[in-house]
Amino acid sequence: MRSLSQKSTGMWIIAALVVLLLILHQDNWFWTDDTLVFGFMPIGLFWHACISIGASLTWALATVIAWPLDDAVTAEPETKSEEAAS
Amino acid sequence: MDIIDHKGLPQLIIILLYLGALLALGLFSSRLFKGTKEDYQVASHSIGPFLLLMSMFGTTMTAFALVGSSGEAFKEGVGVYGMLASSSGIIHSLCFFVIGVKVWKLARRNHYTTQIEFFRDRLQSDFIGLLLFPILVGLVIPYLLIGVISSGVVVQSLTAGLSPDLFPVIGPDGNPIRALNGGVPTWLGSLVICVVVLVYVFFGGMRGTTWANTMQTIVFMILGIVTFYVIASKLGGQDGLMANLKALGESIPENKSTRIEMSKMKFFTYLLIPLSVGMFPHLFQHWMTAKSANTFKVPLICHPIFIMIVWVPCVLVGVWATGSLMPSKPPLPLIPGTNVVNANAILPFLVNTQTGNILSGLLAAGILAAIMSSLDSQFLCLGTIFTNDVLTHYKGKENVTDAQQVLYTRLFIIAIVAITYGLGLLKPPSVFALGVWCFSGFSALFPIVFAALYWRGLTAAGAISGVFAAITSWSVMFYQAVQQGTLRTFVLELPFGGETYEVMPVVAMLLSSLVTMIIVSLFTPKPSEAVLARFFD
Repeated sequence: MRSLSQKSTGMWIIAALVVLLLILHQDNWFWTDDTLVFGFMPIGLFWHACISIGASLTWALATVIAWPLDDAVTAEPETKSEEAAS
Repeated sequence: MDIIDHKGLPQLIIILLYLGALLALGLFSSRLFKGTKEDYQVASHSIGPFLLLMSMFGTTMTAFALVGSSGEAFKEGVGVYGMLASSSGIIHSLCFFVIGVKVWKLARRNHYTTQIEFFRDRLQSDFIGLLLFPILVGLVIPYLLIGVISSGVVVQSLTAGLSPDLFPVIGPDGNPIRALNGGVPTWLGSLVICVVVLVYVFFGGMRGTTWANTMQTIVFMILGIVTFYVIASKLGGQDGLMANLKALGESIPENKSTRIEMSKMKFFTYLLIPLSVGMFPHLFQHWMTAKSANTFKVPLICHPIFIMIVWVPCVLVGVWATGSLMPSKPPLPLIPGTNVVNANAILPFLVNTQTGNILSGLLAAGILAAIMSSLDSQFLCLGTIFTNDVLTHYKGKENVTDAQQVLYTRLFIIAIVAITYGLGLLKPPSVFALGVWCFSGFSALFPIVFAALYWRGLTAAGAISGVFAAITSWSVMFYQAVQQGTLRTFVLELPFGGETYEVMPVVAMLLSSLVTMIIVSLFTPKPSEAVLARFFD
């Protein structure tokens, strides 16, 4: 279980990464660039596909360093997973 | 061989098989129904990470993800991905993280199923429920209508040619409209879709909805990729996928492969639209199905990638259709009575003209899957809101048994499906332009839910004023857009430093809601410490 201070630092790291993603999202530098990445993908589209991947990585990190709830505290043992049941 | 070659027939058979499979799934899921309200409305909080991911993704991705994305890319170029998709990848997961997990914890502790139950308890105000009820329902209904009408249109256009004698579609000039003639009529297509969704939601409740959503999400993701591959191979005319992709990439005109015609400020302010996810009542109900807090982790991580998997191929297909490799015959579909290309028909048109009948049928199933995976959650959610927040709330929980609540939810769902179908038959002319307005309305309410979770200083009066400010600013701008006939393209124009910037109306709505909520909260009494202690650790 992570300590409160570790979780708090994690939250700030995730907040900073989200702000960074939002800044990178406004990619004025590629606005008029018609370069084709890999010979077929317009760079504006490629950049934003990378933003999507970056978002996934950021949220993956959030589940490790900044997860707000501990299942040990919140889980209710009587519930049964659908996936476990099927 | 005859069946495969008969235009419209393979498509119809595939659609019917797909709907049959959905019905079977829904009915099977009902065998696990425990008979309680909690099981019917939130699947007894038993949904694991994979099902939660698929159901939430399927719910947030409407037909727009497949048809609209290629259509918008055809009109605006590759910039639509950044404007609508990558922004959603960041913001949707942010909402799951910041709102979803926290609200799940509070709801489990205090036994809420709907947003209104949460707000009433958090703010100790019955009026906030009365105020939110018509607003939430009013914002969901146009969204539902879009799904109901689109399903009829999709079935008709992709079964065109099936029976021109039985289902003739004649244009104003007296000639048949080729793209639609002989297709299953829209009233019948919409009716069948509504009935199928009704059956599996009615019998399966949230469990049936979640299972169906999962199956539908898998279907539309796989079919989207297959369609992309086949269209790329046909349009490119080269040997091998990479050679085709390169040829098609080079064929895209500069104004579509860049954003030279797109407003930077409009692109930036579009970022606020996906905040709507934080206030979608149907998504709130899906959050409540999670087995544990950790169940949210997989959806949080995978949602942006899933958006990318669906949107990138569709956007590429849309911009290819503007390129030099697009065959001039048959001509692109036009909006009836105009010379304007019907952008939303681009993907079905390409599938019809560049692929065979079988893939065309499969794509029809894929588009219907995307539509139905949103419709089912919205029907169930409205049935739940009517039952919990109106009927049971005012009749008193002690006066309504669990079985009666399940029955009422089902009856309300039937009524909502019937009303929505009836409204859909009227074909309200501007309903498709309402999509972004509905989303903006939900986004404008985002500050209220955020403050309710993170600000002890929020008061009932502050929240109520914020809701009024949001809805008033929404109404004023909506009225202006209707007056100007610019419902689809309405933006605020902000003069600054000698230039004029285009700003999405959601900015003004959200700011008015936020500022009003804060100011009023500062001067009005907070809920008691005992109440706050239940919401803030």
